[in-house]
Amino acid sequence: MTATLPSHDQSLALAIEPEAGKRKLSTAKAIQEAISQRMVRDESVFVMGEDVGPYGGIFSSTTGLIDRFGPERVLDTPISESAFIGLGIGAAVEGMRPIVELMFADFFGVCMDQIYNHMAKIHYESGGNVRVPMVLMTAAGGGYGDGTQHSQCLWGTFAHLPGMRVVVPSNPYDAKGLMTAAIDSDDPVVFMFHKGVMGLGWMAKNERSIGAVPEDEYLVPIGKARVAREGTDVTIVTISLSVHHSLDVAEKLESEGISVEVIDLRSLVPLDREAIVRSVSKTGRLIVVDEDYQSFGLSGEVIAVVAEHDPTLLKRASRVCVPDVPIPYARELEYAVLPTPARIEAAVRDAVAI
Amino acid sequence: MTLSTTQALTDEGRRALIGTMVLIRTYEEAIRAVYYADKKPAFDIGAGLVPGEMHLSAGQEPVAAGICAHLTPEDALTATHRPHHLAIAHGVALRPMTAEIFGRETGFGHGRGGHMHLFDPTTHFSCSGIIAEGLPPALGQAFAFKREGSDRVAVAVTGEGAANQGAFHESLNLAALWKLPVVFVVEDNDWGISVPRARSTSVASNADRAAAYGMPGVRVEDNSVEAVYAAAGEAIARARSGGGPTLIEVHTLRLWGHFEGDAEGYRPDLESVQEHDPIPLYRDRLLESGVLTDGQYQAMQASAVEQVEDAIEFAKNSPTPDPLDHLSYVFSEGVNS
Ligand SMILES: Cc1ncc(C[n+]2csc(CCOP(=O)(O)OP(=O)(O)O)c2C)c(N)n1
Repeated sequence: MTATLPSHDQSLALAIEPEAGKRKLSTAKAIQEAISQRMVRDESVFVMGEDVGPYGGIFSSTTGLIDRFGPERVLDTPISESAFIGLGIGAAVEGMRPIVELMFADFFGVCMDQIYNHMAKIHYESGGNVRVPMVLMTAAGGGYGDGTQHSQCLWGTFAHLPGMRVVVPSNPYDAKGLMTAAIDSDDPVVFMFHKGVMGLGWMAKNERSIGAVPEDEYLVPIGKARVAREGTDVTIVTISLSVHHSLDVAEKLESEGISVEVIDLRSLVPLDREAIVRSVSKTGRLIVVDEDYQSFGLSGEVIAVVAEHDPTLLKRASRVCVPDVPIPYARELEYAVLPTPARIEAAVRDAVAI
Repeated sequence: MTLSTTQALTDEGRRALIGTMVLIRTYEEAIRAVYYADKKPAFDIGAGLVPGEMHLSAGQEPVAAGICAHLTPEDALTATHRPHHLAIAHGVALRPMTAEIFGRETGFGHGRGGHMHLFDPTTHFSCSGIIAEGLPPALGQAFAFKREGSDRVAVAVTGEGAANQGAFHESLNLAALWKLPVVFVVEDNDWGISVPRARSTSVASNADRAAAYGMPGVRVEDNSVEAVYAAAGEAIARARSGGGPTLIEVHTLRLWGHFEGDAEGYRPDLESVQEHDPIPLYRDRLLESGVLTDGQYQAMQASAVEQVEDAIEFAKNSPTPDPLDHLSYVFSEGVNS
């Protein structure tokens, strides 16, 4: 059935620069724009999820889409995640390109079978004969007191399970280009936005959650990390909101003569191993900053990449992650477990002391 | 405030019901004030004494009061992301509950849980922020009560939105199959965040779904606390006497937003919603019929304000958790850990 589907037009410019035009958008608006532009070009793209219609998505990922495209293409669902994520899979198998929102990544518990045993495995099980070109878009992250079941990142859990690309943008430019690439992808893509990078009016935000976004469509290829800042003394490999914190720390320490390179991975799957090795070859010191739980996840994986490549590259490797506790509710505790700028700074100082 | 299940509603019972409703509303109004107090001028969800999402229960007091009047602290109750009314009606102590909502060391969970994660072993009360996920544990509590040979019951409460979740249907089937002493209560407040029930649910009444699982289903139409009381009395008596589960759906009212900060632009009935506030409606009925006097009502209000102020003061004056203690409570400590 779907093996005959033509792949999406990949001829779009990859090279539009973030500064082109200088128009600034929040990450949320950049995501809306990417979806909207693809919906104009491609009738098979539709959006589905809880409160994605008139409400516009709890974190504004779909604001205005229903006004433009109507309730046939922007569908509010019942609170039945297994059913509507499975529906997305089936529609994708038949050649549509669904964008399905799971309101919080934390809610995967009620629907994971559709995600990891179906969405992620059908292509493999069918020997490549059946494609599942869908985007599972979901909100991640804490920092605003929402407690154990509404604050987790969990991208390492998705990335651990083979068969889905896992994309985690940190800024508006990347979010638009990565969402466009995710819609175009013939593979299932889990597109995870941290609430703290969306630039929402009702949540404290880093200024980097609003930035220059070209009006034209463009792709940011999935699987290519970005050197968010060049440096020579220590490499921070990180993702999502932690990129912002790491850049803040790097700027601060520059005046003390500490030169920090910040690598924004942009996706966990595929993982840009080359970018990690390239940077650590230069600095010899590696810090992984990750808002996900520490053990069995991204941070260990990144360090293993370097160790397997050449352990002698490493003068020092450390990580700043959420220790293996659920995200606490009380602010004092939550900020003790999150990878805050203070913890990142301490890790950098510790690394360069060697 | 607990009334015997089989007893017809007395005037004293009616006063107890309105008293519970007043206490709940007083509590929610106070939490609402605290929640917004230090999030000004611009609303920042993470700021202030009480951060995070805040789902308040104003308008749904009749459900909590009518159900919990039949329960003792020995009975279990599982609630949702919108738990305060049920906790209060079930007799959960206000001080540790409020301290938990404030994220203080003296809270039920020492500040680890927060408003959606209140656990009170004394009254067997719990809640969860994941939709419909309070049902399966209630089955287990009912299972344990049945095994111990007692007449204790478990009540699981969800919203009508939750009735479209797999766990809801799995739980109904298993409870009926094993004749567990559990009562399912659906609070139909017409909305699942911004989605009206007509656009989420294939049947007009969730009570109709009970038939599919071989259990009685009742729909209480008008947010009347006395009608809830009657339906719950029958269902709980049936569960206590070994007759198995019942599904009750109450057509109730979400007086405020889904969570605080929700502008409710999607809601066409916003103008008229206050007219259906169940508390003045019930109060006036009781006043007119002579069951309640103005003096008694004022005394109820004064008592509620006193209890709520005490709880809020307690919470405010309680210590915050020690950040160095952030690794505690993941596992038990002691001989068997
Ligand atoms: C599994 C799951 N999906 C989605 C949510 C997000 N969510 C929280 S409350 C809510 C609406 C619930 O509606 P309803 O069950 O009717 O209860 P109400 O809020 O009206 O009391 C949703 C969708 C969640 N917490 N868990």
